[in-house]
Amino acid sequence: MATAEQQTSPQATRGSSEKSWHGIILQTLKRNEISLIPYVPDRVLTPLITNLHADAYFTTFATAREEEAVGIVSGAWMGGRRGALLMQTSGFATLANVLASLAVPYQIPLIMFVSERGTLGEFNYGQSLVCRTMRPVLDSLAMEHHTITRLDELEFIADRSIKQAITTQAPVALILNPLLTGGKTFDK
Amino acid sequence: MSSNTTTRNTKVMNRFDVTSRLIAKLKHEEAVIGGIGNTNFDLWAAGHRPQNFYMLGSMGLAFPIALGVALAQPDRRVFALEGDGSLLMQLGALSTIATLKPKNLTMIVMDNGIYQITGAQPTPAAHVADIVAIATGSGLSNSAWAADEEDFERLVDAAMSAPGPSLIAVRIDDKPGVGTTRRDPVQIRERFMHGLGVREPL
Repeated sequence: MATAEQQTSPQATRGSSEKSWHGIILQTLKRNEISLIPYVPDRVLTPLITNLHADAYFTTFATAREEEAVGIVSGAWMGGRRGALLMQTSGFATLANVLASLAVPYQIPLIMFVSERGTLGEFNYGQSLVCRTMRPVLDSLAMEHHTITRLDELEFIADRSIKQAITTQAPVALILNPLLTGGKTFDK
Repeated sequence: MSSNTTTRNTKVMNRFDVTSRLIAKLKHEEAVIGGIGNTNFDLWAAGHRPQNFYMLGSMGLAFPIALGVALAQPDRRVFALEGDGSLLMQLGALSTIATLKPKNLTMIVMDNGIYQITGAQPTPAAHVADIVAIATGSGLSNSAWAADEEDFERLVDAAMSAPGPSLIAVRIDDKPGVGTTRRDPVQIRERFMHGLGVREPL
Protein backbone atom coordinates (compact mmCIF):
# COMPACT_ATOMS: atom_id res chain seq x y z
CA MET A 1 0.00 0.00 0.00
CA ALA A 2 1.24 3.45 -0.85
CA THR A 3 1.28 5.98 1.92
CA ALA A 4 -0.53 9.29 1.75
CA GLU A 5 2.52 11.46 1.23
CA GLN A 6 3.46 9.45 -1.82
CA GLN A 7 0.23 10.04 -3.66
CA THR A 8 1.51 13.12 -5.43
CA SER A 9 1.86 12.48 -9.13
CA PRO A 10 3.83 12.18 -11.22
CA GLN A 11 6.05 9.62 -9.53
CA ALA A 12 8.69 9.29 -12.15
CA THR A 13 11.73 7.08 -12.10
CA ARG A 14 13.12 7.80 -8.66
CA GLY A 15 15.24 4.97 -7.38
CA SER A 16 14.06 1.39 -7.12
CA SER A 17 12.03 1.74 -3.93
CA GLU A 18 9.15 -0.66 -3.50
CA LYS A 19 6.97 2.43 -3.26
CA SER A 20 7.91 3.66 -6.71
CA TRP A 21 5.49 2.73 -9.51
CA HIS A 22 7.97 0.21 -10.91
CA GLY A 23 8.72 -1.21 -7.48
CA ILE A 24 5.02 -1.77 -6.86
CA ILE A 25 4.57 -3.47 -10.26
CA LEU A 26 7.56 -5.75 -9.66
CA GLN A 27 6.29 -6.80 -6.25
CA THR A 28 2.75 -7.28 -7.56
CA LEU A 29 4.03 -9.53 -10.35
CA LYS A 30 6.02 -11.58 -7.88
CA ARG A 31 3.16 -11.91 -5.42
CA ASN A 32 0.98 -13.24 -8.23
CA GLU A 33 3.68 -15.70 -9.33
CA ILE A 34 4.18 -14.05 -12.69
CA SER A 35 7.76 -14.87 -13.58
CA LEU A 36 8.07 -14.76 -17.38
CA ILE A 37 8.46 -11.21 -18.68
CA PRO A 38 9.06 -10.67 -22.40
CA TYR A 39 9.10 -7.04 -23.48
CA VAL A 40 9.77 -4.62 -26.28
CA PRO A 41 11.60 -1.80 -24.54
CA ASP A 42 10.37 1.67 -23.80
CA ARG A 43 12.22 4.57 -22.23
CA VAL A 44 9.67 5.03 -19.45
CA LEU A 45 9.70 1.32 -18.59
CA THR A 46 13.49 1.23 -18.28
CA PRO A 47 13.70 1.19 -14.44
CA LEU A 48 11.14 -1.63 -14.30
CA ILE A 49 12.95 -3.60 -17.00
CA THR A 50 16.31 -3.04 -15.30
CA ASN A 51 15.02 -4.23 -11.94
CA LEU A 52 13.26 -7.25 -13.47
CA HIS A 53 16.53 -8.26 -15.13
CA ALA A 54 18.33 -7.89 -11.82
CA ASP A 55 15.87 -10.15 -9.98
CA ALA A 56 16.55 -13.86 -10.54
CA TYR A 57 12.91 -14.69 -9.81
CA PHE A 58 12.02 -13.34 -13.25
CA THR A 59 12.92 -14.57 -16.71
CA THR A 60 13.08 -11.22 -18.47
CA PHE A 61 14.00 -10.83 -22.13
CA ALA A 62 13.40 -8.68 -25.19
CA THR A 63 11.43 -9.88 -28.19
CA ALA A 64 11.60 -8.50 -31.70
CA ARG A 65 7.89 -7.76 -31.87
CA GLU A 66 5.08 -7.46 -29.35
CA GLU A 67 2.97 -10.19 -30.95
CA GLU A 68 5.89 -12.58 -30.53
CA ALA A 69 5.72 -11.85 -26.79
CA VAL A 70 1.97 -12.54 -26.83
CA GLY A 71 2.68 -15.96 -28.34
CA ILE A 72 5.34 -16.70 -25.73
CA VAL A 73 3.16 -15.69 -22.78
CA SER A 74 0.21 -17.64 -24.21
CA GLY A 75 2.30 -20.78 -24.65
CA ALA A 76 3.75 -20.42 -21.17
CA TRP A 77 0.27 -20.05 -19.66
CA MET A 78 -0.88 -23.25 -21.34
CA GLY A 79 2.24 -24.93 -19.98
CA GLY A 80 1.45 -23.77 -16.45
CA ARG A 81 3.72 -20.76 -16.10
CA ARG A 82 2.46 -17.22 -15.69
CA GLY A 83 3.83 -14.33 -17.69
CA ALA A 84 3.17 -10.71 -18.54
CA LEU A 85 4.40 -8.51 -21.34
CA LEU A 86 5.63 -4.96 -21.29
CA MET A 87 5.40 -2.58 -24.21
CA GLN A 88 4.72 0.92 -25.40
CA THR A 89 1.51 2.29 -26.95
CA SER A 90 2.82 1.92 -30.50
CA GLY A 91 3.59 -1.72 -29.77
CA PHE A 92 0.09 -2.35 -28.59
CA ALA A 93 -1.11 -0.99 -31.92
CA THR A 94 0.46 -4.01 -33.65
CA LEU A 95 -1.58 -6.52 -31.62
CA ALA A 96 -5.17 -6.39 -32.91
CA ASN A 97 -4.78 -9.58 -34.97
CA VAL A 98 -3.20 -11.69 -32.26
CA LEU A 99 -5.60 -10.47 -29.56
CA ALA A 100 -8.59 -11.30 -31.77
CA SER A 101 -7.28 -14.65 -33.01
CA LEU A 102 -5.35 -16.03 -30.02
CA ALA A 103 -5.74 -14.38 -26.61
CA VAL A 104 -9.48 -13.67 -26.69
CA PRO A 105 -10.93 -16.73 -28.50
CA TYR A 106 -8.67 -19.23 -26.72
CA GLN A 107 -9.49 -17.57 -23.38
CA ILE A 108 -5.91 -16.87 -22.35
CA PRO A 109 -5.33 -14.51 -19.41
CA LEU A 110 -2.81 -12.37 -21.23
CA ILE A 111 -1.51 -9.69 -18.87
CA MET A 112 -0.20 -6.59 -20.61
CA PHE A 113 1.44 -3.48 -19.24
CA VAL A 114 1.39 -0.61 -21.72
CA SER A 115 3.48 2.49 -21.15
CA GLU A 116 1.26 5.21 -22.53
CA ARG A 117 2.76 7.60 -25.02
CA GLY A 118 0.89 10.03 -27.19
CA THR A 119 -0.79 12.11 -24.53
CA LEU A 120 -0.01 14.66 -21.79
CA GLY A 121 2.96 16.27 -23.44
CA GLU A 122 3.60 14.11 -26.49
CA PHE A 123 5.98 15.73 -28.96
CA ASN A 124 5.67 13.24 -31.85
CA TYR A 125 2.42 13.59 -33.82
CA GLY A 126 2.54 9.96 -34.95
CA GLN A 127 2.68 8.80 -31.33
CA SER A 128 -0.35 10.86 -30.41
CA LEU A 129 -2.31 9.37 -33.31
CA VAL A 130 -1.35 5.78 -32.58
CA CYS A 131 -2.34 6.29 -28.94
CA ARG A 132 -5.89 7.07 -30.05
CA THR A 133 -6.23 3.62 -31.64
CA MET A 134 -5.52 1.76 -28.39
CA ARG A 135 -8.74 2.05 -26.40
CA PRO A 136 -11.04 1.58 -29.42
CA VAL A 137 -9.24 -1.70 -30.17
CA LEU A 138 -9.56 -2.84 -26.56
CA ASP A 139 -13.23 -1.80 -26.46
CA SER A 140 -14.01 -3.46 -29.79
CA LEU A 141 -12.94 -6.80 -28.30
CA ALA A 142 -14.66 -6.05 -24.99
CA MET A 143 -11.30 -6.45 -23.27
CA GLU A 144 -10.77 -5.36 -19.69
CA HIS A 145 -8.45 -2.37 -19.46
CA HIS A 146 -7.54 0.24 -16.90
CA THR A 147 -5.62 3.46 -17.19
CA ILE A 148 -3.54 3.94 -14.05
CA THR A 149 -2.79 7.56 -13.15
CA ARG A 150 -2.20 7.45 -9.37
CA LEU A 151 0.49 5.73 -7.35
CA ASP A 152 -1.92 5.04 -4.48
CA GLU A 153 -4.24 3.13 -6.83
CA LEU A 154 -1.59 1.19 -8.70
CA GLU A 155 -1.23 -1.82 -6.44
CA PHE A 156 -4.99 -2.27 -6.05
CA ILE A 157 -5.69 -2.02 -9.77
CA ALA A 158 -2.76 -4.18 -10.85
CA ASP A 159 -3.24 -6.88 -8.23
CA ARG A 160 -7.01 -7.14 -8.68
CA SER A 161 -6.75 -7.04 -12.48
CA ILE A 162 -4.15 -9.80 -12.58
CA LYS A 163 -6.29 -11.99 -10.33
CA GLN A 164 -9.39 -11.25 -12.39
CA ALA A 165 -7.60 -12.07 -15.65
CA ILE A 166 -6.49 -15.43 -14.29
CA THR A 167 -9.77 -16.43 -12.68
CA THR A 168 -11.93 -15.30 -15.62
CA GLN A 169 -9.42 -16.50 -18.24
CA ALA A 170 -9.55 -13.18 -20.05
CA PRO A 171 -6.81 -10.81 -21.16
CA VAL A 172 -6.24 -7.46 -19.49
CA ALA A 173 -4.36 -4.30 -20.45
CA LEU A 174 -2.97 -2.05 -17.73
CA ILE A 175 -2.14 1.31 -19.23
CA LEU A 176 0.52 3.24 -17.34
CA ASN A 177 -0.36 6.90 -17.82
CA PRO A 178 2.25 9.72 -17.69
CA LEU A 179 0.55 10.95 -14.49
CA LEU A 180 1.86 7.75 -12.89
CA THR A 181 5.22 7.35 -14.57
CA GLY A 182 6.17 10.88 -15.53
CA GLY A 183 6.02 9.86 -19.18
CA LYS A 184 8.47 10.92 -21.81
CA THR A 185 8.97 14.60 -22.44
CA PHE A 186 10.68 16.65 -25.12
CA ASP A 187 14.03 17.33 -23.50
CA LYS A 188 16.55 16.61 -26.25
CA MET B 1 20.11 -19.30 -58.43
CA SER B 2 23.30 -21.10 -57.48
CA SER B 3 22.98 -19.79 -53.94
CA ASN B 4 20.02 -22.06 -53.46
CA THR B 5 21.75 -25.34 -54.22
CA THR B 6 21.30 -26.63 -50.66
CA THR B 7 17.58 -26.34 -51.06
CA ARG B 8 17.52 -27.79 -54.53
CA ASN B 9 19.46 -30.87 -53.53
CA THR B 10 16.78 -31.79 -51.05
CA LYS B 11 13.96 -34.09 -52.00
CA VAL B 12 10.51 -32.55 -52.26
CA MET B 13 8.50 -34.34 -49.59
CA ASN B 14 4.88 -34.21 -48.44
CA ARG B 15 3.68 -32.35 -45.38
CA PHE B 16 1.22 -34.99 -44.18
CA ASP B 17 3.75 -37.77 -44.64
CA VAL B 18 6.51 -35.89 -42.82
CA THR B 19 4.12 -34.86 -40.02
CA SER B 20 2.98 -38.48 -39.62
CA ARG B 21 6.60 -39.61 -39.41
CA LEU B 22 7.24 -37.10 -36.62
CA ILE B 23 4.13 -38.09 -34.66
CA ALA B 24 5.05 -41.78 -34.92
CA LYS B 25 8.30 -40.99 -33.11
CA LEU B 26 6.69 -39.27 -30.12
CA LYS B 27 6.54 -41.65 -27.15
CA HIS B 28 6.91 -39.28 -24.21
CA GLU B 29 3.91 -36.96 -24.44
CA GLU B 30 5.91 -34.37 -26.34
CA ALA B 31 4.05 -31.15 -27.06
CA VAL B 32 3.43 -30.22 -30.69
CA ILE B 33 2.34 -26.75 -31.82
CA GLY B 34 0.80 -26.65 -35.31
CA GLY B 35 1.02 -23.36 -37.20
CA ILE B 36 -1.91 -21.74 -39.00
CA GLY B 37 -3.58 -23.46 -41.95
CA ASN B 38 -2.33 -26.57 -43.70
CA THR B 39 0.40 -27.10 -41.13
CA ASN B 40 -2.05 -27.76 -38.30
CA PHE B 41 -4.57 -29.41 -40.65
CA ASP B 42 -2.00 -32.11 -41.33
CA LEU B 43 -1.10 -32.31 -37.64
CA TRP B 44 -4.81 -32.89 -36.94
CA ALA B 45 -5.03 -35.44 -39.77
CA ALA B 46 -2.02 -37.33 -38.43
CA GLY B 47 -4.17 -38.22 -35.42
CA HIS B 48 -5.21 -36.01 -32.54
CA ARG B 49 -3.08 -36.19 -29.42
CA PRO B 50 -3.84 -34.38 -26.16
CA GLN B 51 -0.44 -32.70 -26.42
CA ASN B 52 -1.24 -31.06 -29.78
CA PHE B 53 -2.08 -27.38 -30.05
CA TYR B 54 -3.72 -26.07 -33.21
CA MET B 55 -3.53 -22.42 -34.24
CA LEU B 56 -6.61 -20.88 -35.85
CA GLY B 57 -5.02 -17.49 -36.53
CA SER B 58 -2.08 -15.43 -35.29
CA MET B 59 -0.01 -16.37 -38.32
CA GLY B 60 3.67 -16.71 -37.53
CA LEU B 61 3.37 -17.47 -33.83
CA ALA B 62 3.92 -21.25 -33.79
CA PHE B 63 7.55 -20.86 -32.69
CA PRO B 64 6.84 -18.20 -30.04
CA ILE B 65 3.97 -20.26 -28.59
CA ALA B 66 6.21 -23.33 -28.56
CA LEU B 67 8.95 -21.30 -26.88
CA GLY B 68 6.50 -20.34 -24.14
CA VAL B 69 5.55 -23.98 -23.59
CA ALA B 70 9.23 -24.97 -23.58
CA LEU B 71 10.07 -22.33 -20.97
CA ALA B 72 7.12 -23.39 -18.82
CA GLN B 73 7.93 -27.10 -18.96
CA PRO B 74 11.69 -27.52 -19.42
CA ASP B 75 11.47 -31.28 -18.89
CA ARG B 76 9.02 -31.81 -21.75
CA ARG B 77 10.21 -31.83 -25.35
CA VAL B 78 8.33 -29.35 -27.53
CA PHE B 79 8.00 -29.42 -31.32
CA ALA B 80 6.68 -26.60 -33.46
CA LEU B 81 5.50 -27.02 -37.03
CA GLU B 82 5.45 -23.88 -39.14
CA GLY B 83 5.04 -22.98 -42.80
CA ASP B 84 7.63 -20.93 -44.64
CA GLY B 85 5.15 -18.11 -45.28
CA SER B 86 4.26 -18.00 -41.60
CA LEU B 87 7.88 -18.00 -40.51
CA LEU B 88 8.58 -15.05 -42.82
CA MET B 89 6.10 -13.04 -40.76
CA GLN B 90 8.06 -13.52 -37.55
CA LEU B 91 11.75 -14.02 -38.38
CA GLY B 92 12.75 -12.10 -35.26
CA ALA B 93 11.48 -15.01 -33.17
CA LEU B 94 14.43 -17.08 -34.37
CA SER B 95 16.88 -14.74 -32.65
CA THR B 96 14.81 -14.68 -29.47
CA ILE B 97 14.95 -18.49 -29.36
CA ALA B 98 18.66 -18.48 -30.17
CA THR B 99 19.25 -16.11 -27.25
CA LEU B 100 17.19 -18.10 -24.74
CA LYS B 101 18.58 -21.46 -25.98
CA PRO B 102 15.80 -23.74 -24.72
CA LYS B 103 17.20 -27.27 -24.68
CA ASN B 104 13.80 -28.83 -25.32
CA LEU B 105 12.58 -27.01 -28.44
CA THR B 106 12.63 -28.34 -32.00
CA MET B 107 11.34 -26.20 -34.86
CA ILE B 108 10.23 -27.74 -38.14
CA VAL B 109 9.64 -25.56 -41.19
CA MET B 110 7.46 -26.89 -44.01
CA ASP B 111 8.77 -25.01 -47.03
CA ASN B 112 6.78 -25.13 -50.28
CA GLY B 113 7.65 -21.57 -51.32
CA ILE B 114 3.98 -20.70 -51.67
CA TYR B 115 0.96 -19.52 -49.76
CA GLN B 116 -0.80 -22.73 -50.71
CA ILE B 117 -4.03 -22.05 -48.86
CA THR B 118 -4.67 -18.65 -50.43
CA GLY B 119 -4.12 -19.74 -54.02
CA ALA B 120 -0.52 -20.90 -54.21
CA GLN B 121 1.04 -17.47 -54.69
CA PRO B 122 4.83 -17.61 -54.30
CA THR B 123 6.26 -16.16 -51.09
CA PRO B 124 8.69 -13.25 -51.46
CA ALA B 125 11.43 -15.62 -50.31
CA ALA B 126 10.62 -18.46 -52.68
CA HIS B 127 13.36 -17.94 -55.26
CA VAL B 128 15.91 -15.95 -53.33
CA ALA B 129 16.15 -16.93 -49.67
CA ASP B 130 17.24 -20.03 -47.78
CA ILE B 131 15.37 -20.78 -44.55
CA VAL B 132 18.27 -22.68 -43.00
CA ALA B 133 20.71 -19.89 -43.83
CA ILE B 134 18.30 -17.41 -42.24
CA ALA B 135 17.99 -19.58 -39.13
CA THR B 136 21.74 -20.06 -38.87
CA GLY B 137 22.30 -16.35 -39.35
CA SER B 138 19.74 -15.71 -36.59
CA GLY B 139 21.91 -17.66 -34.17
CA LEU B 140 20.33 -21.12 -34.46
CA SER B 141 23.47 -23.00 -35.37
CA ASN B 142 21.78 -26.38 -35.15
CA SER B 143 19.68 -25.89 -38.30
CA ALA B 144 19.58 -28.19 -41.31
CA TRP B 145 17.68 -29.13 -44.44
CA ALA B 146 16.25 -32.63 -44.43
CA ALA B 147 17.56 -34.32 -47.57
CA ASP B 148 14.77 -36.91 -47.66
CA GLU B 149 12.36 -38.68 -45.32
CA GLU B 150 15.03 -40.85 -43.73
CA ASP B 151 17.21 -37.84 -43.16
CA PHE B 152 14.23 -36.03 -41.60
CA GLU B 153 13.77 -38.88 -39.14
CA ARG B 154 17.48 -38.87 -38.37
CA LEU B 155 17.39 -35.12 -37.72
CA VAL B 156 14.38 -35.53 -35.41
CA ASP B 157 16.25 -38.21 -33.46
CA ALA B 158 19.27 -35.93 -33.22
CA ALA B 159 17.11 -33.02 -32.06
CA MET B 160 15.68 -35.16 -29.26
CA SER B 161 19.09 -35.34 -27.61
CA ALA B 162 20.54 -32.04 -28.76
CA PRO B 163 21.91 -29.70 -26.07
CA GLY B 164 20.07 -26.71 -27.53
CA PRO B 165 17.25 -25.73 -29.90
CA SER B 166 17.15 -27.34 -33.34
CA LEU B 167 15.55 -26.30 -36.61
CA ILE B 168 14.74 -28.74 -39.39
CA ALA B 169 13.62 -27.41 -42.77
CA VAL B 170 11.72 -29.65 -45.14
CA ARG B 171 11.00 -28.98 -48.80
CA ILE B 172 7.41 -29.99 -49.38
CA ASP B 173 5.09 -30.21 -52.37
CA ASP B 174 2.14 -27.95 -53.13
CA LYS B 175 -0.55 -30.28 -51.76
CA PRO B 176 -3.17 -28.92 -49.36
CA GLY B 177 -3.64 -30.36 -45.90
CA VAL B 178 -5.29 -33.78 -45.65
CA GLY B 179 -7.80 -32.93 -42.90
CA THR B 180 -9.43 -29.88 -41.35
CA THR B 181 -8.96 -29.04 -37.68
CA ARG B 182 -12.15 -28.63 -35.69
CA ARG B 183 -12.24 -24.92 -35.05
CA ASP B 184 -13.07 -24.80 -31.38
CA PRO B 185 -10.38 -22.64 -29.75
CA VAL B 186 -11.48 -23.08 -26.14
CA GLN B 187 -11.58 -26.87 -26.43
CA ILE B 188 -8.25 -26.89 -28.22
CA ARG B 189 -6.65 -24.83 -25.44
CA GLU B 190 -8.30 -26.68 -22.59
CA ARG B 191 -7.49 -30.15 -23.92
CA PHE B 192 -3.91 -29.08 -24.59
CA MET B 193 -3.61 -27.99 -20.95
CA HIS B 194 -4.95 -31.36 -19.87
CA GLY B 195 -2.45 -33.04 -22.17
CA LEU B 196 0.37 -31.07 -20.57
CA GLY B 197 -0.78 -32.02 -17.08
CA VAL B 198 -1.52 -28.42 -16.14
CA ARG B 199 -5.20 -29.10 -15.42
CA GLU B 200 -7.61 -31.93 -14.80
CA PRO B 201 -10.87 -32.11 -16.77
CA LEU B 202 -13.97 -30.89 -14.93
